[in-house]
Amino acid sequence: MGLFQKLKEGLFKTQSKLAHEIKRIVTASPKLTSGGLDELEAALIAADLGLAMTAQIVAAVKHSYETQGRAGLDVFAIARAEVERSLAGAAGDLRRLPDGVTVVSLVGVNGTGKTTTAAKLAHLVQSRGQTALLAACDTFRAAAVEQLKLWGERLKVPVVAGARGADPASVAHDSIAAALARKSDYLFIDTAGRLHTKHNLMKELQKVHRVMDKKLPGAPHETLLVLDASTGMNALTQAREFNKSVPLTGLVITKLDGTSKGGMVIAIQRELGLPVKFIGVGEKPDDLQPFDAKQFAQALFDER
Amino acid sequence: MFDALSQRLQNAFRNLRGLGKISESNTADALREVRMALLEADVNFKVAKDFIEAVRVKALGEDVAQSIQPGQQIIKIIHDELVRLLGSANSGLALSGNPSCVILVGLHGSGKTTSCAKLGRLLHKQGRTPLLVAADVYRPAAMEQLETLGRQLELPVFARHGETDVLRIAREALDFARQINRNTLIFDTAGRLQIDEPLVRELARLRELVQPQEVLLVLDAATGQEAVNVATHFDQALHITGAILTKLDGDARGGAALSLRAVTGQPIKFAGVGEKLDEFEAFHPERMASRILGMGDVVSLVEKAAEAVDADDARRMEEKLRKGQFTLEDFLEQLRQMKKLGSLESLVSMLPGGAEMLKGADLSKQEKDFRRMEGIICAMTPQERRAPAILNAKRRIRIAKGSGVQVAEVNNLLNRFGQMQQMMKKMGKFQKMMGRMGGMPPMPRR
Repeated sequence: MGLFQKLKEGLFKTQSKLAHEIKRIVTASPKLTSGGLDELEAALIAADLGLAMTAQIVAAVKHSYETQGRAGLDVFAIARAEVERSLAGAAGDLRRLPDGVTVVSLVGVNGTGKTTTAAKLAHLVQSRGQTALLAACDTFRAAAVEQLKLWGERLKVPVVAGARGADPASVAHDSIAAALARKSDYLFIDTAGRLHTKHNLMKELQKVHRVMDKKLPGAPHETLLVLDASTGMNALTQAREFNKSVPLTGLVITKLDGTSKGGMVIAIQRELGLPVKFIGVGEKPDDLQPFDAKQFAQALFDER
Repeated sequence: MFDALSQRLQNAFRNLRGLGKISESNTADALREVRMALLEADVNFKVAKDFIEAVRVKALGEDVAQSIQPGQQIIKIIHDELVRLLGSANSGLALSGNPSCVILVGLHGSGKTTSCAKLGRLLHKQGRTPLLVAADVYRPAAMEQLETLGRQLELPVFARHGETDVLRIAREALDFARQINRNTLIFDTAGRLQIDEPLVRELARLRELVQPQEVLLVLDAATGQEAVNVATHFDQALHITGAILTKLDGDARGGAALSLRAVTGQPIKFAGVGEKLDEFEAFHPERMASRILGMGDVVSLVEKAAEAVDADDARRMEEKLRKGQFTLEDFLEQLRQMKKLGSLESLVSMLPGGAEMLKGADLSKQEKDFRRMEGIICAMTPQERRAPAILNAKRRIRIAKGSGVQVAEVNNLLNRFGQMQQMMKKMGKFQKMMGRMGGMPPMPRR
């Protein structure tokens, strides 16, 4: 290191800048006005992409815009492609074990829509001709068990539930036993909402998962983090912390039917590489859709 | 990459503190940091821009140029501006009229039902007679949830299972309140998107019917840029009179609070700070601003300590400390008191700079250490606790066995305790000395 290294680095920067500029002139690409970039930056931040992701995308867009030739696309089209590319491979379907019951655990902070998502998932696998069982392991929140039971009645899906205040791990244990006895294809575990900062509650969640694994080695086979699309930058922290406690296998983004864009998915995807398995777009049982990177990128820049 | 706002601002402030003279150029960098920090805390980008502009104008003003420490001055301006934006004084509910009505509105999962119960409890404590009204006719078991909470609080709940007409529920609830002499109705409504026209119109009709004194928007503290849209739409349709910020016990920096305040002009009146029904408090803009700025939440810490620690005990302890009579028994008592205050993590995060300190540190190990120490001391006889000097090898082996640790750990604890005692004695002497010199010098203002 030392002077030479520094000099070289400095020169490299100048060189690449120069090369970029020359390329731009040769291909006769239009020079970007700061107005267009500002507009793009505002759109990305407004979609909750966060600063780091926004800066990355803006830089990439700037680069390709100024080297693409005169007949190029507009800034937003490039940005859309950029987002789409960064989300490539982010979709994924629900896992299914070749035989036996597939256990899916739904985790997340309070009020993101875990119970509703559990019910929607049960409805989904039913519509595929498979059988489902629901487990009401949220024994803390008032009437959470009743909420899932009502869903069960509506969808004609059996629900295993414990009493309010019961040990969620024991409910999980019993539900696996029930799923095995009934030979269900899927078991969806609705856990209580918990803030990722609550050490004890995260420990409790780990215990629930440990007990499942004991009863049925390998369970849960899917651990889905349910995220509210209107959440801002905290979503990344949520994903990070939950992933630390119980290794996640995917995400479900709920409430995407509003004007929220759920842009934080991109940052999460970049850092943790978790596939987005489903998006929630309404209150009805079939308002659960597979994630589509292209559509998502499109929606990100809608009605800007 | 996504540092909390306080950490970012502290970085910015470190630069600001070093400033000799305020000029356009040397504040620009720092203010850019502040802007980025605000954005990462989910403050809406337009709100952040206005905020920075206001600070810039004030920072370049005359009074700053003449102050001795311009860096400190800017920090004060930022803090004051934040407090101003958050609402300068905490405002309660304006509940005149009999009965008074409060309607809670908001997105799905923001915490309306829980807040309804918590608010009911608070108003009941203030001497009002609340009736909780379950007007969420959509979410399955929403009514049961409110009923369960009402039972826990021993507050009446009005619910009509199967009824889907919110207005009919409201009319009957008003009659019912009159019958059983309740003077405050709190309506728990269904979560809805701010752009869902028919559902928002339903709320508007409810507002028309019950003529509420307060319409409170319930907002999740972790809400992102969307907070501005949500607040604007609900405000336009329903003229909200204030807001409740929920889930503030998480680690979201709550930039949504700033956005909400800025676009509606209405104050945030309450904050939900936990899952338990008493974890609900008046919103303090001053504290929130300090917390956001990483100046710590010393006020809350002191309040928490005051709740957990008996004043007489504290005085006795102080006396002992001064005289250097601190024994293992007192140490044990202290350990237990600390536990009552909550997790170390939450305590440290309330200290100035605490959030930064906590980064990457796993305090659960320290907490475990504390528990072990407690175990070791508990394995001692009262006599040993009072006079640790009598602890010979044989006794130490017994204690180690009794508490299931290695003898080395017992030795370690005793060594640390010895060091602590020495320090306490010195501090006692120092305090006496300072006392003679006319008290401690005042702490420098931050």
